[in-house]
Amino acid sequence: MKTETSVISANKKKNQFIKDLRKQKTLVFMSIPFILYVLVFSYLPLTGWLMAFQKYRPGKGLLDQEWSGFFQFKLLFQDETFLRVLRNTLCMSLINLTLGFITAIGLAILLNEVKSMRGKKFVQTVSYLPHFLSWIIVCGIIVDVLSPETGIINQLLLKLNIINSPINFFAEAKYFWGIVGASNIWKETGWNSIIYLAAITSISPELYEAASIDGANRWHKIKHIVLPGIKPTVFILLIMNIGNVLNAGFEVQYLLGNGMIQKVSQTIDIYVLKYGISMNNFSLATAAGIFKSVISISLIVIANKAAKAAGEERLF
Amino acid sequence: MKKQEKGHAPRYKASFGGVMFDVIKWIILILFVIVTLYPVLNTLAVSLNDGMDTIRGGIYLIPRKFTWQNYLTVLRKDSLKIATIVTVSRTVIGTVVQLFVTAMLAYIVSRKDFVFKKFLTILYVLTMYVNAGLIPGYLLIKNLGLLNSFWVYIIPGMVSAFNMIVIRTFMNGIPDSLAESAEVDGAGHMRIFIQIILPLCKPVLATVALFIAVGQWNSWFDAMLYNSFNENLTTLQYELMKLLSSVSSQSGNIDALKNTGSMVTPMSVRAATTIVTSIPIICLYPWLQRYFVAGLTIGGVKE
Repeated sequence: MKTETSVISANKKKNQFIKDLRKQKTLVFMSIPFILYVLVFSYLPLTGWLMAFQKYRPGKGLLDQEWSGFFQFKLLFQDETFLRVLRNTLCMSLINLTLGFITAIGLAILLNEVKSMRGKKFVQTVSYLPHFLSWIIVCGIIVDVLSPETGIINQLLLKLNIINSPINFFAEAKYFWGIVGASNIWKETGWNSIIYLAAITSISPELYEAASIDGANRWHKIKHIVLPGIKPTVFILLIMNIGNVLNAGFEVQYLLGNGMIQKVSQTIDIYVLKYGISMNNFSLATAAGIFKSVISISLIVIANKAAKAAGEERLF
Repeated sequence: MKKQEKGHAPRYKASFGGVMFDVIKWIILILFVIVTLYPVLNTLAVSLNDGMDTIRGGIYLIPRKFTWQNYLTVLRKDSLKIATIVTVSRTVIGTVVQLFVTAMLAYIVSRKDFVFKKFLTILYVLTMYVNAGLIPGYLLIKNLGLLNSFWVYIIPGMVSAFNMIVIRTFMNGIPDSLAESAEVDGAGHMRIFIQIILPLCKPVLATVALFIAVGQWNSWFDAMLYNSFNENLTTLQYELMKLLSSVSSQSGNIDALKNTGSMVTPMSVRAATTIVTSIPIICLYPWLQRYFVAGLTIGGVKE
């Protein structure tokens, strides 16, 4: 009896679905190209992941290759270069993440305290500028600014007697992560502050008024109203960015790195490019790519779960 | 106490702490503005200064030996002429095509009772997190015959899941009654989309158009990866990248440069190229500020 009703309701559901389908004929036709497009450009390449479990040789079909199980992954974790690029990626990523959050939130708080609308607008407009410049241009600018001969940084340090002779910033490994962090801050602080400023301005003005009546000064208000007010936004962005920890970047490191400092400058993406495209080792490069994707997805799921457990805002 | 308007800075009574706060705040903000603007203005000064003279150092904000020579060199270079044509074409075609296609997808998934709505949305949103990677992506482009072709700049990035969500969120705010009444009048989905929904979406379309256009204008990696062997498909940023690597490799070699006797140096040509390629964006973005600030806030809202 019970099964009969469920069969009937299933049939009903099916009929309803077919009816809907017929009614929405045009929409269905319109979606077909979109489904095909995403299958070809985003999901079909996933079959390429098989290469990581093979000893891939170009020229033969994907299924005619010699299979090697997890050999490539073993190779990867025995490769000192890979472990080093993994460390570089993680460190630069964490530096960028931390500095990026602090500077963007700081700028948003300062902008919120500016009373003159024109002054605020001016600072904001200037702050967005570097975001629109390409990494090529930004790296060119960084090279100029840090140049031992003509760069302003060396000039200033010399004038202030902090150093005796100009520093060649791109010849010594110890400066590189700092340079990458600074480039990221220079380019994106203004842009990243947009979302925090929006979060701050959506805090109810009554909270500030109530705090004023209680005798709170500005520091108190920033600490007890503004920071808690933007906490949900910070959490969402933190979760989204944690998933990107292994995407520390490619462009800056690729453009600013050089042979002298490649031990600290190369990231996973550069490793993939080098082994894959330049050295034609498709299998190893793909294995490195898979490792990156798997870690990214796991991190985003873990961060999301942790936020849920802590009772914070979540992504999904 | 005057009632505050939303979004305005809170007011405080004048006090020593308050004044100090204001002073520190402005010092930080002014430093921030200087640090942001100085490198750009310095590049402008270098681009207008004699190349050999620049190497002596000491050019900050004002050119010492004014010249148009760097710009003339840039404008006379054939490779840059081609690069400009390719870059302008990919920006215009890419923006129009991507904007229209992405908006159409957003329209489809914003129809409330559409049977494939969820399926289609998830299919696209997943692409933001799962990426096949460089090598499988490269092989796909190769197998599709897009290597050595202009269309590799347009087709692979035609639909962006992020932009789709931004547009869809906006479309969800448009009352259903508009589309419904048009449907009663016998309008099909294509007509409703083009004649009713698209015109109402102008603000969000402006935002997304800016995102796409800036991305197209600034990209170089695709030119290097897929088309580096075809000089007729080079882009401005890729040409700039080649200049960048030539400068950094010669930076320790100034004496050799001095002996060549030419007036322009790689550094000054690069400065001029930088200014030429960034002028369009620098002139455009301040006018679109209102739009992208709103668009970014929509995009940051969770689904």
